[in-house]
Amino acid sequence: MRHYQAVIIGGGSAGLSAAVTLKENGIEDILVLEKDAEAGGILQQCIHNGFGLQTFKEQLSGPAYAERFIRKAEELNVSVLCGTMVTGLNDRREVTYVNPEEGYVTVSADVVILAVGCYERSRGAVEIPGERPAGIYTAGQAQRYLNIDGYLTGKNVFILGSGDIGLIMARRMTLEGAKVYGVAELMPYSNGLPRNIKQCLEDFGIPLYLSHTVTHVYGKDRLERIEVSKVGKDLKPIPGTEMYFDVDTLLLSVGLIPENHLADEAGILMDVRTKGPVVDDNYMTSVPGIFACGNGLHVHDLVDFVTLEAARSALGAVRWLKGTQTADKVYKASAGQGVSYVVPGRINASCDHRVDFFFRVRQNFETAQITMKSGDKVLRTLKKKKLMPSVMEQLPLTEKMLGELEGDITIEVTEA
Amino acid sequence: MEEKELICVNCPMGCRVRVQLEGNTVISVTGNQCPRGKKYAEQESICPMRILTSTVTVENGQHRVLPVITSAEIPLSMMEDAMKEIRKVSVRAPITMDQVIIHDLLGTGADVIASRSMAER
Ligand SMILES: Cc1cc2nc3c(=O)[nH]c(=O)nc-3n(C[C@H](O)[C@H](O)[C@H](O)COP(=O)(O)OP(=O)(O)OC[C@H]3O[C@@H](n4cnc5c(N)ncnc54)[C@H](O)[C@@H]3O)c2cc1C
Ligand code: SF4
Repeated sequence: MRHYQAVIIGGGSAGLSAAVTLKENGIEDILVLEKDAEAGGILQQCIHNGFGLQTFKEQLSGPAYAERFIRKAEELNVSVLCGTMVTGLNDRREVTYVNPEEGYVTVSADVVILAVGCYERSRGAVEIPGERPAGIYTAGQAQRYLNIDGYLTGKNVFILGSGDIGLIMARRMTLEGAKVYGVAELMPYSNGLPRNIKQCLEDFGIPLYLSHTVTHVYGKDRLERIEVSKVGKDLKPIPGTEMYFDVDTLLLSVGLIPENHLADEAGILMDVRTKGPVVDDNYMTSVPGIFACGNGLHVHDLVDFVTLEAARSALGAVRWLKGTQTADKVYKASAGQGVSYVVPGRINASCDHRVDFFFRVRQNFETAQITMKSGDKVLRTLKKKKLMPSVMEQLPLTEKMLGELEGDITIEVTEA
Repeated sequence: MEEKELICVNCPMGCRVRVQLEGNTVISVTGNQCPRGKKYAEQESICPMRILTSTVTVENGQHRVLPVITSAEIPLSMMEDAMKEIRKVSVRAPITMDQVIIHDLLGTGADVIASRSMAER
């Protein structure tokens, strides 16, 4: 069995950034496995601009951001095997992949980095009553058809869910000559970035129906009509509020979930909140030597954070390979009041480097009071304006604070 | 005098910015928390500008379409006409990133350029 120092599963922005960082830190023998025909991941279909404001100080399109990283990886001689699907992973860090040239191959590695991205919740996950006609897609599927294959999925469109992909597709399909009748959002607030609400909906006069959902779909072969209803505080449809739209296409933009079947197969402990693996301060999962980063760990809205996190996971892998840390005692890091999740979820007591927590709040806060505690001791408090679930927050655990740890860590947010 | 309220989209603060206009002249901007918001509100209330991204048909390429982007912002009011121009274009692979696909789009001074490289099939 061929053995590598590092095998990276997934060649999106996370996988490429991890590979580049490993190389820059002297890990030479690396293999990146990517199932698509080219590297870059989801970025290749996100042709809108707004990527890389922090990494490159300019607003690139998704493909341009991907190309910069692909080039960097090429310059460093990272071998990326495209058209290669990983089908198996076990807790001995053996990776099985398949491609047309080699067939099924199993390789082993000192470290494996999971950079597998996420998938979209689909109709099965939202359960809309009615027939099963063609014309219902996830927003990301429709985006791929349009931006990579050049195929517009429909002319009269409605969108369920105000996630960013749905908003971006509303604008994109409008520009391509489709009529987008509206976007319905179950919650009383949007999950999309304010910038996308403005530039993708308001610019084109597309209505956003907050506290609304699709309650029925009609059509024999192809979708013909949908029923949209207002929902109450209990999120249940209110009878008598039905509206009808004659559309041939319904896009679902109702959430992203980390791709997790390989992690499951390897017996990795999962976080019920993020739906991705639980990782420690090195981004290592519960299986020694297997690391995780990017949308396969928790869903990100900014590629800059993905790039940064993947680089941190690669540095974590380097640290682990050097064996500078002993897994003696572990502090859990978890979400307190007002917070939906915290990553990383475990901090080794022997951790000797700054850790940056990523977290999301549960609801909107005008002026938030953020508190980080260890046991009963308050490590840090700060005030911050405008926190919302659609924007990921960062909070550092500095080297000094590491010395003050007394117990499990919680991050909580309240209205100041 | 006319008054408009805008939400600045330049950062997550999302300030509500009030602009007072006399015809096409901005008299005052309030509610912004930084200079970027003022600049944005002035431009936005007179002539909103946007980057346009789209695709053009590519012959003989790895994919059937090539993503493109304007090299600078163009007036929002010109989007429909700009899309008409973009739809007329078909290019041949190989293409390199930033290659100019349409020079000076409708006299805006902005070029339409390739968002990525694309190899021949
Ligand atoms: C539609 C959309 C719009 C976005 N818009 C913006 C934006 O405007 N600005 C911004 O900064 N960020 C944006 N983001 C966020 C950011 O771009 C992404 O979060 C980031 O690119 C994700 O990178 P990733 O490498 O984690 O995942 P991906 O890019 O999904 O990469 C994962 C890769 O792993 C591969 N893979 C998965 N399983 C296997 C397997 N078993 N075998 C082999 N390969 C496998 C996949 O094929 C894929 O290439 C957007 C995200 C989405 C989804
Ligand atoms: S005015 Fe300044 S602080 Fe306010 S949203 Fe705009 S850029 Fe942000």
